[in-house]
Amino acid sequence: MDRPPSNPVTVARGAEHDPDAALSIHDLTVAYDRRPVLWDVDLDVPAGCLAAIVGPNGSGKSTLIKACLNLLPRVSGDVRVFGASGRSSRRRVAYVPQRETVDWDFPVSAHDVVAMGTYGRLGWLRPVGKAQKRAAMRALDRVGLADYAGRQISQLSGGQQQRVFLARALVQEADLYLMDEPFASVDAATEQAIVEVLRALRNDGATLVVVHHDLQTVAEYFEHLILLNMRVVASGPMEATLTAENLRATYGGRLTLLEQAATALGRLSRDR
Amino acid sequence: MLLATALFDVLLLADWNTRVVVIGTSMLGVAAGVVGSFLVLRKRALLGDTVSHAMLPGVVGAFLIMQAFGGGGKNFGGLLLGAALAGVLAAWAVPVLRRATGLKDDAIMGVVLGGGFGLGIAMLGVAQAVPGGNQAGLESFIYGRTASMVQSDAIGIGATAAVTLVIAILLAKEFRLLCFDEAFGRALGRREGWLDLGLMLLAVTVTVVGLQAVGLILVIALLITPAAAARFWTDEFLRMIAIAGALGAVACWIGASISALAPDLPAGSIIVLTLSFLFGISMLIGTRRGAIKRLLQRRDLRRRTGQQHLLRAAAESIEARDADGWALKDLMPLRSWSGGQLRSLHRRAVRRGDVVRSEGCYAFTPTGRAAANRVVRNHRLWELFLIRYADIAPSHVDRDADLVEHVLGESLVSELEAMLGDGCGGLRSPHAVGTHHDA
Repeated sequence: MDRPPSNPVTVARGAEHDPDAALSIHDLTVAYDRRPVLWDVDLDVPAGCLAAIVGPNGSGKSTLIKACLNLLPRVSGDVRVFGASGRSSRRRVAYVPQRETVDWDFPVSAHDVVAMGTYGRLGWLRPVGKAQKRAAMRALDRVGLADYAGRQISQLSGGQQQRVFLARALVQEADLYLMDEPFASVDAATEQAIVEVLRALRNDGATLVVVHHDLQTVAEYFEHLILLNMRVVASGPMEATLTAENLRATYGGRLTLLEQAATALGRLSRDR
Repeated sequence: MLLATALFDVLLLADWNTRVVVIGTSMLGVAAGVVGSFLVLRKRALLGDTVSHAMLPGVVGAFLIMQAFGGGGKNFGGLLLGAALAGVLAAWAVPVLRRATGLKDDAIMGVVLGGGFGLGIAMLGVAQAVPGGNQAGLESFIYGRTASMVQSDAIGIGATAAVTLVIAILLAKEFRLLCFDEAFGRALGRREGWLDLGLMLLAVTVTVVGLQAVGLILVIALLITPAAAARFWTDEFLRMIAIAGALGAVACWIGASISALAPDLPAGSIIVLTLSFLFGISMLIGTRRGAIKRLLQRRDLRRRTGQQHLLRAAAESIEARDADGWALKDLMPLRSWSGGQLRSLHRRAVRRGDVVRSEGCYAFTPTGRAAANRVVRNHRLWELFLIRYADIAPSHVDRDADLVEHVLGESLVSELEAMLGDGCGGLRSPHAVGTHHDA
């Protein structure tokens, strides 16, 4: 390493946020049971890029995604999607949750699940119509599952289930895609297929923020990197951010103090 | 003979009062089956039990209050209002206690159920000491009172159940998302919290209505058993709901009819017993997940596996000996099968037209040859895959391939072919034929 030792590269600290960012997070703190899992997150993701969130287990990657979608209560902070916040901005965001979050024994077909992506626009009481069904079929076709549309979802392999979730996000026709470990436990061929879909979306102008767990492939798949370990260690373009120094800071053992403090806060709230 | 005529009269609803009671109760059965399906799919099956038990103090409390204000305490609507309020309170207490204590749902439901029912029983003791308390029929809420139900009760039950049913069906699409993936619904910007509250209110309504028919102890069966039974028949959400509703209706129809015929038999338990019976039947013969269906599937797989073992052993034996046919003794050492098994496999293969027999020797028919080639090919493809991609030692792959090859679908086979870059049938065994088999 001939790079001089320096502070980790950090972009967009404090209040100077990029007004054109697709996703802009300001001073976000999230806690489970008063035990903070994310501290003071500040970051911007520029529009039209493929961004990865990387960090060790328990570093708050999923929490960050969920907090952006308002699925978790925030202690503080503010999330803007293309400059807007609140419920209305949710229409522009698609979500791919982790596969384990649902019961795959549920009595629905792959097509039914994908059609759920249209419910946001459809609203209450309006039934799924022909247009929605066609959109769901198109999305299934895009992820290579057109032949499996009628299958009950427990009869799909893990990689196919993951692609069903991806297809469900596709029919949301969003501008920002938040994906939680879409590559978890899929085989190499499925991973390639998913990467192709992600690139196609980016080429169509969408922004993608993806929780990723494989440092081997992160530079190949993504252009923008967010290194996370309870706080943002570094965030910026891939080459500038993926440095040995930053990785050490993300995966190194320097966080014990922060973690102990969080545990103590959690215990305090439970004792009370 | 007299009994048969009476049964006929009842089942065909000859008597006007019976007709109203049976139809009203059946309506309740449909509503309970439908709403119960949502509860089961949302993994809240026991919420219904908690709510129903916690309704007892509401009923008795309402009686005592009405008595104190000189209302006589027998106003049925008042009692049900008390039950509904207590039920909503219990359903609301569960998530609140969960957030406050960090305990798990099942523990909290146990506490609320036990506490509520205990309080109700204690209050019942008090109420029965109050003048008029014995005649108020409060105990009928525990076990139900279909037999003494009159037209107006039944019309009330049926109408309430019908309204509940219509709401449930209108919201079926929303409940599908709520039950499958609530977080995704909220990520879409939908107000899943309101929907969850709506589902809870539907469950409380069905429970209140069900109290009169089957009583608070058994009402849980009315909600849960049809849904659990319906799952054996279908993999489709709307169909499951429809089947659950139908099963609920049938059980209530039969239960209410028998109870009209023999007023000494408690209707609630007959309804629930019918439901349990229907559940047992569904478990056995359900066309999707029934036990018999599963047994048949397993038997088919076993048969197919046996046939494929035979075809491959025969093909490999022919290949190794460079012969045209084989005798039983040629195949014996290739696999650990008994003479009887081998003979019966051959009999079946002859019957299927894969193999012909002449003078104690066997040979492939053209279709049998093609089938054998396919089996050998799948086996070797899978072995190659395991050696090249899964890093499994060549001496071990045969057994592993043995397990998997019988379930390889067409798409998987073509994927394997594409991967291993082999378009023709000339695959050689990656290990020497026969060396690995234990005699």
